[in-house]
Amino acid sequence: MLNVENLSRPGLPTISFSLARGTCLAVMGPSGSGKTLLLRALADLDPSSGEVELHDENRNQVPAPSWRRRVSYAAAEPGWWAETVAEHFTNWGKTKQLTGALLLPSDIGVASVARLSTGERQRLAVLRSLEKSPEVLLLDEPTGPLDKAAADAMELLLRQRMQEGVGILLSTHDLSQASRMADRILRFTKIGVEIVST
Amino acid sequence: MTFLTLDYFDLGLAATLVLVNAALSLYLGLGLERRFLIAATRMAVQLTLVGLVLKALFNIASPLLTALAALCMILFAGREVMARQERRFIGWWGYGLGTSVMLTAALLVTIFGLSTQVRPDPWYDPRYAIPILGMILGNTMTGVALGLHTLTNDAARNRAGIEAQLALGATRSQALRSTARGALRTALIPIINSMSATGLVALPGMMTGQILSGIDPIDAVKYQLLISFLIAGGTGLGALAAVQAGAWRLCDNRHRLRLDRLTDSKS
Repeated sequence: MLNVENLSRPGLPTISFSLARGTCLAVMGPSGSGKTLLLRALADLDPSSGEVELHDENRNQVPAPSWRRRVSYAAAEPGWWAETVAEHFTNWGKTKQLTGALLLPSDIGVASVARLSTGERQRLAVLRSLEKSPEVLLLDEPTGPLDKAAADAMELLLRQRMQEGVGILLSTHDLSQASRMADRILRFTKIGVEIVST
Repeated sequence: MTFLTLDYFDLGLAATLVLVNAALSLYLGLGLERRFLIAATRMAVQLTLVGLVLKALFNIASPLLTALAALCMILFAGREVMARQERRFIGWWGYGLGTSVMLTAALLVTIFGLSTQVRPDPWYDPRYAIPILGMILGNTMTGVALGLHTLTNDAARNRAGIEAQLALGATRSQALRSTARGALRTALIPIINSMSATGLVALPGMMTGQILSGIDPIDAVKYQLLISFLIAGGTGLGALAAVQAGAWRLCDNRHRLRLDRLTDSKS
């Protein structure tokens, strides 16, 4: 589904891999090794060279906004631009039904973003990405600030999406999470990257 | 039309007030006395030179020299806009953006005012063209500088929010809309406040000058209104063009936020 050939940008070694429909590739490595740079480059948020294709369609042939709706990136520290939670969603009424699955209160839509906890923001950022029904999710440490119950709920929701065909690149520091979610790990090493099976 | 002429003794007498300020600074230990004296001397020299240049320009009334003087004013204003930016665009854009929008906005509005309302003969008569351009340029410069300053600073501060919108499939104009609107509001509010307060809080310098030189107050008010409308037009046009062009430059054609096109914050 997602084919990456010789992807390169400053701060990142040359990377090639492919991601099949409904699978998860965990991205691991020490802090500062380039995990976030890789996800941002795939989302085309930073300039990069190399070939990136989705269903054999080259990224450069697709308008960038359309590409990012299909290959959606959720940052480790998500950004916000409006006062309340619901204002950040195109169809909050529909997304609201998923709040329970991530152990979020159903009335969180009217809450001020400034009053949310880090974990609540993280879960809402993932919901925000899911709202666009992407084919590939690029998740940067989505469970980093979550307690075990919320992290389990997140993993369950992501597995459901994978069963529906969504491919996931999951940046994580948690090897056991990588083993649970992914069948392969893209690992940043001192000399570059290697892809190993879980 | 009559007016009371000033001789050098009158100016010297008024200048003693600056000396009083310098003495006060010395007495209170403010450390501003030297700056007071330098600033006053600079002002006197600059205005005298400008007076001499304007006198020669008015006597010659050459379209080429008038255009050259206008160009010099715009180039200086462009440098001033660049100097007021905390984060300026790298390369030619840093100077070219502010200068080119001011060149367009101030010249368009000045030519509009000269050719359709003031109507001197010839239309470029430097006695009218240069002062009117100067007043429009001075205010447009403030609007453009404020607009660009707010745009680039807010884009850097709200980077996460803008990139989150881009990551969700927003176009660059959608993602930067709120930032650009805020910058434009900041750029335009001073001119709105200035128009609201004119006549109540302060009498504009140009109108006061005309009244002092013997012009009927009603005629002076008419001139002031005309200039204020032209200034509002120039500022609006300049600020809009600067913010739109700045927002366009802040993203590339793949709708990425390109803060690397800005210098680092000076603060």
